[in-house]
Amino acid sequence: MDAVPISWYLILSAFMFAMGVTGVVIKRNPIVIFMCIELMLNAANLAFLAFARQQAQLGAQVAGQVYVILVMAVAAADVAIGLGIIVAIYRLRDTINVDEMNLLKF
Amino acid sequence: MFGQILFITMALVIVVTSIGVVAVRNPVRSALNLVANFFALAVLYLFLYAQFVAAVQIIVYAGAIMVLFLFTIMLLNLGSPSELSERGDLKRPVTWGLALLFVIVLAGGIFVRLGEAQPTADDLGTVQMVGKFLFTDWVYPFELTSILLLIAIVGAIVMAKRRL
Repeated sequence: MDAVPISWYLILSAFMFAMGVTGVVIKRNPIVIFMCIELMLNAANLAFLAFARQQAQLGAQVAGQVYVILVMAVAAADVAIGLGIIVAIYRLRDTINVDEMNLLKF
Repeated sequence: MFGQILFITMALVIVVTSIGVVAVRNPVRSALNLVANFFALAVLYLFLYAQFVAAVQIIVYAGAIMVLFLFTIMLLNLGSPSELSERGDLKRPVTWGLALLFVIVLAGGIFVRLGEAQPTADDLGTVQMVGKFLFTDWVYPFELTSILLLIAIVGAIVMAKRRL
């Protein structure tokens, strides 16, 4: 299983993160923007697990995996709140195009 | 050799589906691309001795979170892509270019200085090992997570309910 160097995982993680950033910038549907945020969180998780394999001590190796579990919990909370906000805005405005959301401007 | 072939296959799946999430216009197809991406990621987690995290990835991400996404998409009836059509302006090619530059710079930085994978125990990512550390060294972050989830539950109800 050690046939693949750690740097391959990290390049894949960098690519996923870049795709997530791209989606957040160019998309106008907030649900897809949320999906791109999930993509970025998963890129971070992959980097955590890859770097955990570089550690020499057992405690540090497991710490990377514990971080990933905590990130997953944060992502679940994030999605619940975010989709709740989107549904609330859709009820209020009948659209969820992010270009038309300017309630916080005033 | 077998490990490398499997890694490259999964990496290709991840690359294609993560481009698909961004490039596809229909949000339902974006969500399905993301599900495929999460499954391929779970296979990579197995490579990294993270068995428990791989199972949680499939159960929580590909199962619960993506069902929540699809449920919201169906609930809001945004299936028609024309409603939220993306305008073709200068922002899109510039963003794709910057993303490519970001990957190149980061990949360069990764190759410059990076150690090798250390030998590890075979049971590194089992439920037993992760649970032991989660409830000893990491017990305070773990308990804080439960408070965070409680706040998220209350917040989601306050957001989504018409009248409390």
